[in-house]
Order: sequence, then C-alpha cells, then structure tokens
Amino acid sequence: MSRSPGRKQENHKISRELFVLTYGALVAQLCKDYEKDEDVNACLDRMGYSIGIRLIDDFLARSAVKKCRSYSETADMIAQVAFKMYLGVTPSVSCSSAAGNEFSLILDKNPLVDFVEELPVERASLCYCNLLCGVIRGALEMVHLAAEVSFLQDRLKGDAVTEIGITFLRKPEDRKHRR
Amino acid sequence: MAIFSVYVVNKAGGLIYQLDHYAPRADTEKTFSFPLDLVLRLHDERVVVAFGQRDGIRVGHAVLAINGAEVNGRFTADGKDVLEFLSNPANYPVSIRFGRHRLSSNEKLMLASMFHSLFAIGSQLSPEVGSSGIEMLETDTFKLHCFQTLTGIKFMVLADPRQTGIDALLRKIYEIYSDYALKNPFYSLEMPIRCELFDQNLKLALEVAEKAGPFGPGS
Repeated sequence: MSRSPGRKQENHKISRELFVLTYGALVAQLCKDYEKDEDVNACLDRMGYSIGIRLIDDFLARSAVKKCRSYSETADMIAQVAFKMYLGVTPSVSCSSAAGNEFSLILDKNPLVDFVEELPVERASLCYCNLLCGVIRGALEMVHLAAEVSFLQDRLKGDAVTEIGITFLRKPEDRKHRR
Repeated sequence: MAIFSVYVVNKAGGLIYQLDHYAPRADTEKTFSFPLDLVLRLHDERVVVAFGQRDGIRVGHAVLAINGAEVNGRFTADGKDVLEFLSNPANYPVSIRFGRHRLSSNEKLMLASMFHSLFAIGSQLSPEVGSSGIEMLETDTFKLHCFQTLTGIKFMVLADPRQTGIDALLRKIYEIYSDYALKNPFYSLEMPIRCELFDQNLKLALEVAEKAGPFGPGS
C-alpha cells in the first residue's frame, strides 16, 4: 500500500500484513461486541460508509477522472481504477439486469481475506468484507448516485467466487438542476 | 504577492475555508488642514476616497481612523458623522488614516454564497447541456479561478491576471483538502476547516505556485 508516484512525497510503504491484521482485529472485536451477525454486518457497513464519503475525494483528486456518463462507466471505474488503486486487485464487471442498473463485481483475489479460510459455525451469515460495501455506497452517494451494495456470493461462505452487487437506485437527476 | 486569496465553499454554498495571502496593507496616515483636497463620499456605510489621489492615498481607500481613533463605518469613534466632522473647519488640523478596506468575515461568507449561486446560474445559462459552472472570472486587477469537484466542493483562487499555473494549483489544493482535512477523523464534512496541517500545506503550495509563475523568485 504505497502512494501513487504522482505525489511529491516520500513513498510510505505500510505493511499489507498490518492492514489485513487490523481489519481482522476489527471484525473480531465487533463479533465480541455484538451477538447477532446482522448487527456486525450493519456496523461494518456504517464504518465503511464513513470511510467512503471521505475516500471519494481522495480518489477523485489522485486519479483526476472525468465524470462518468453512465452506470456502466461508473461500475467500470470502480472496478478498474478504484479497486486497483486501493486494494491492488481488479475485479471483473458484469451487468446483471436488463434495465442496466445492476452490476456485479467478481473478485478473484481479495486481500482482506488472505488469512481467513472460512467463517466459524456460529457466524455463518457474517459478511466479513462488508466494510467494502459501505465504502462503495458512501463514495457513490457523494457523487450523487444512490446505490445499494451487498455481497451476493462469498467464498468464505462456500460459494465459488466473491461477488459484490451494486444496484443503482434511480437515474441521476438532470445535472443542471442539481448544481 | 501574486496569489491573493483562496476560498473553499461546501456543497450547500457555505464558506468553509478562507485564506488571505496578500502583502500587509499599506495604510497611509497624514495630517490635513482645512479645506480637505480629497473628495470623499459615502459608499456601503464607509467613507471612501472618490477623487484626489495623492501620496499613497488611492481612490477607493477607506477612512480607517481619525486622530488615531478607529472609525466605525461612517461614524467616528465618538459617534459623530465623519463627513460632517470633516466639513467643519473647527476640527482641523486633523490626522486621517486611509487604507484598503479588508472584507469582514461576514462579508466573505455572503460573497462566497453569492458566488455559489452565480456559479449555478452560469451552468444553467449555457447553450450546451451539462456544462460546468463559472471557471474563471476576469477583471482588470485580478482573476478568479474556480474548480468544482464531482462531489460539489468548490475551490476558488483569486490571483494576479498574469499568474499562470492556477489550474494545477487548484488540483493541488484539492489533494491537500482530501489529505489533511478529510483524512482528519475529527473533521466533520461540510464544516469550517480548522486543521493546522491543512493551513501549513496550503501556504506551502501557494508559495510554490507563486515562485513557478511568471514573476520568478525575485518578486
């Protein structure tokens, strides 16, 4: 996890292990604090949301991307630029609805679960990486795109792949009126 | 100083950060005898010089103090009307301090909100659909550059018309904002920015931009 070379700062490399362990400790502590899996998931989502609303400006400042003109451009941007920049992986995108507002990102490698092989029996419906869903939701909301983001499939629960589903909720209003 | 000030406006149009970067103002204090050879008039609840520029006192300078006591708008410190006071020969000789009037923070808030509205009007007036808002406002003494991010925050820089590299400076200010303001966990979004690191890095960025401009490091 180092900064992009465009910055005129020293490259601070922080250990990836530290990041993954920190995330694991966070989830473990939440599991101790809350009995129900839904509560843990909701808490992770809220935390992710507050990260996402701040991360979006960092993403836009560093990547200098232009405004996306369609949902599919947005989904591509998230998968190819944002995931690459922050997690170093590039999920593949597919559109899963005729209306063109539901997309899924399929992650073949997820650095957050490097050291986790499967969920414990009593935590069967825990979404371990729910923070990511919150981050994506928060970030999209700051650019005026309301979306629902959730895990559709999770390798930790025994599915074949890890899939994040993004459903854009309504068409963005006409830009003229918003500004 | 080629970059005069920086304003940051949030999504709702409220000013969340403001920095003035110009040289300390040169006030001129002189003693006058009756009759006063400057033409003064009332403007916006302040007494300003309308004509008769001389000796460092320019047109547009406001009366800041009379006989050492700061004036309160159009009234002197003891409540008398300034123009009446100066038209009475019994009060002379009098020492008056003139200088550029600095905007108060309320005025800055109001002007920033007004610009936010004008920015929106600008994008609506455009003949093209999906146009951006006002990006640059040019006058004979300064240029106002505005950059709106996709999240709705506006960064405005007022600079000398000959200063170049302001676009890069605006992007740099966006990076500094995303680093030192947003990543500060105690900073709430859309609130006034009170982060020391943000101030320091912004001033550094302004200095770098000024040195890189057409004036060179000597000015």
